[in-house]
Amino acid sequence: MFDFETLRIIWWAILIFLVCGFAVMDGFDLGIGMLLPFLGKTDAERRVMLNTIGPTWEGNQTWLVTLGGISFGAWSLVYATLFSGAYTGMLALLFGLFLRPVGFDYRSKLPNPRWRSAWDWALFAGGLVPAVVLSLAAGNVIIGLPFQLDNELRSSFSGGFWDLFQPFALLCVVVGLSLLCLHGAVFLHWRTEAALAERARRVIVYSALMFVVSFSVAGIWIAFSLDGYRITSAIDTRIITPLLSKTVVKANGLWMNNYSTYPWLMLSPTFAIIGAGLVVFLSAKRHTGLAFISSSLVVVCVILTAAGSMFPFMIPSSSSPVSSLTVWDASASLYTMKLLFFATVLLMPIVMAYTVWVYRILRGKVTLADIEKNQHVLY
Amino acid sequence: MIANEVVELSRLQFALTALYHFLFVPLTLGLSFLLAIMESVYVMSNKPIYKDMTRFWGKLFGINFAMGVTTGITLEFQFGTNWAYYSHYVGDIFGPLLAVEGMMAFFLESTFVGLFFFGWDKLSKLQHLIVTWLLALGTSLSALWILIANGWMQHPVGAEFNYDTMRMELTSIADVFFNPIAQVKFVHTVAAGYVTGSMFVLGISAYYLLNNRDVAFARRSFRIAAGFGLASVLSVIVLGDESGYTVGDVQRAKLAVIEAEWETEEAPASFTLFGFPNEATMTTDYAVKVPYLMGLIATRSIDTKVDGIKEIHARKLRRIKSGMIAYANEQVLRQDKTNLTAKALFEQHKDDLGHGLLLKKYTDNVVDATPEQIAMAVHDSIPKVAPMFWSFRGMVLSGFMMLFIFTAAFYYNAKRTAHKQRWLLRLAFYGIPLPWIASELGWVVAEYGRQPWTIANILPTHLSVSSVEPGQLYLSLAGFFVFYTVLLVIEVFLMLKYVRLGPSSLHTGRYHFEIEEVNHV
Repeated sequence: MFDFETLRIIWWAILIFLVCGFAVMDGFDLGIGMLLPFLGKTDAERRVMLNTIGPTWEGNQTWLVTLGGISFGAWSLVYATLFSGAYTGMLALLFGLFLRPVGFDYRSKLPNPRWRSAWDWALFAGGLVPAVVLSLAAGNVIIGLPFQLDNELRSSFSGGFWDLFQPFALLCVVVGLSLLCLHGAVFLHWRTEAALAERARRVIVYSALMFVVSFSVAGIWIAFSLDGYRITSAIDTRIITPLLSKTVVKANGLWMNNYSTYPWLMLSPTFAIIGAGLVVFLSAKRHTGLAFISSSLVVVCVILTAAGSMFPFMIPSSSSPVSSLTVWDASASLYTMKLLFFATVLLMPIVMAYTVWVYRILRGKVTLADIEKNQHVLY
Repeated sequence: MIANEVVELSRLQFALTALYHFLFVPLTLGLSFLLAIMESVYVMSNKPIYKDMTRFWGKLFGINFAMGVTTGITLEFQFGTNWAYYSHYVGDIFGPLLAVEGMMAFFLESTFVGLFFFGWDKLSKLQHLIVTWLLALGTSLSALWILIANGWMQHPVGAEFNYDTMRMELTSIADVFFNPIAQVKFVHTVAAGYVTGSMFVLGISAYYLLNNRDVAFARRSFRIAAGFGLASVLSVIVLGDESGYTVGDVQRAKLAVIEAEWETEEAPASFTLFGFPNEATMTTDYAVKVPYLMGLIATRSIDTKVDGIKEIHARKLRRIKSGMIAYANEQVLRQDKTNLTAKALFEQHKDDLGHGLLLKKYTDNVVDATPEQIAMAVHDSIPKVAPMFWSFRGMVLSGFMMLFIFTAAFYYNAKRTAHKQRWLLRLAFYGIPLPWIASELGWVVAEYGRQPWTIANILPTHLSVSSVEPGQLYLSLAGFFVFYTVLLVIEVFLMLKYVRLGPSSLHTGRYHFEIEEVNHV
């Protein structure tokens, strides 16, 4: 039904779709985690914040878990190289994620204020650390990771944990954190009321501003002074290109190549910036639900901006460009990709359908009165 | 060459984190079904006490579930962080199984677990019951896919090596799904989870009955756990994992090692009930043997032989030598695909390619291995006897002790006098650790027993690791140690606190501590 070329482009799109799904769905959970100690002035307010996402955050995080599984299945070399290449970073991400399930479930099981405050900070770290590591990883993937593949396709790395903290990657962290704080604050503004909602609205304004500035700077940086990559040899897209058989150049501004070939790609960065303005406008007008749709759009456009500029590269290698992993050489076999394609097309709509159903059941604002009434039941 | 230190540290980290994860998984599997059963009784009988039961055992389920989720992500991460070459080499088969597990099972359980806790007032009775069943279904489906993946590691079928891409590639998903090893593993492990949940509810209910508190609540919980537990423990024992041990080389080696069967015996083989296996002399000291039993357990027949260790060693030697030829010709083919002689030889020996790779631990070139190195590879080609011998016996003993407890509980339940049998209640309470002991030992038997392979006969453990530095591994091990210790202390503390509180923690005003408070006032 599909040829290998089309199938791999579809699989690249599915991967991007899952990244977007994770960033939109779990992005506001991470943002709320980061905002928890600052926006919630009292224990009850913090409980309001936690319970806006309490019943659903776990399903949202599953987007990340599934993203891991899908990349393992469809792009195993990408999964293996990223996870082992950024070993210490990935473990920091993991340890950050540890704090969330236990944080949500255990925090309000005891009334002791010190216990609760400790868990609030744990949940803060559980939001901040994953957000930082993931943005840092995204930045480093754009820069290229220092890895090379040997003849048996075993990858080895030069550079350790602290090498991840490059200036451009740090700028990506600023983009990521402001974006997720924005997304989280928009969700809070939508699902809470009174003083808490008002505080969330102020966060929206500042984080939107910060996002627009840092995102624009990152764009200019990529266009003018960051090395991009390009395949220079002919590629037979019908087969898996033997790795190490292609030639790749690395040079300033190459990440803009796709944008000059397909100018319509500029729509995604443009919409990201317009969308951020729209979020501020809609929040000021108290169209909180629409504001959430807009901030989701911003999140998606940011990811598409990066993905669009990098295609067909998945993880470029800065130290050995020929080892770079691309759509044409890092995929699973045709048979596996077909099977997994049918599984995904069958299962993901079901997942999304029941997720919508669950959100419908739990719709409406969480209030201080709810917390008071259900204090032994809620998080 | 790959540093041995990296391999050993990676193995240690995987074993510790997997064993730790497995402290929580079986309870999640079992409790979720018990919750669904209790809630079904509530919906059918309309008695509020069954709703309280679902909610109270649900609270304990939640404390445990959070840890299961926390420690489960670790495992998915670790294939990439610590076993990158493995992920590349078998990602084409192993990866899709994890992907489907995520889409089919993880989403189901993690989406509905929130509604289970917070949906009581927002859903109709029937809707909530469906949510609880979906949660239970999700946990068992997750076990299904991960055990199919694990079954493939034990007995890889439906895949072929491709020297262009330097990895195994899937050829038949049906073979992988209906892998006989995967099927027994699934039933055995899931039933072991149901036993764990039942033992947990049975033991804690016994504790309430011994203290004569919340008796109506505890008796009903005890009854459900006894019934479900007896059925489950029978499934675990009857559908024991060892029934799959006759399929494939690695499984047969496991069997020989478990049994410490040094020499091949005439069928039907006897079972060594007790003894001290001696690796140096290749004998078992003070062995107490039961005739026929091993043949019956392992082969389900009286005329099939069970291979002895010495015979397996001889076979391994042949396969390693053949693997050297496969490896040499694979190297030629990687350079020149048109070489027909190399192709023919490779095709002839390719099933032993993995055995050739075993030599990589001793020499990078494989083909230049000395007879001493080959002898070492043969010696290392099956797991050590003592850990397997004892783990297996510990597991089986725990299983039979639980069988006794559940049978007695079921019997006295039927006579409606279980709550008066204090010896039984004490036994049930002190028996709580048994399913955990059995599960952890069972993991050791299955996974240590797979050594020296990650993928049986295909990929040696030694080659599967990532290119990381020992320093990074010490750091991550230290991180796991700190996090897991602190989290375990907190989890056990909360669990004990809520167990002591009992159903009073629901604040319905109907249970022990609340009633007592009223009396005091």
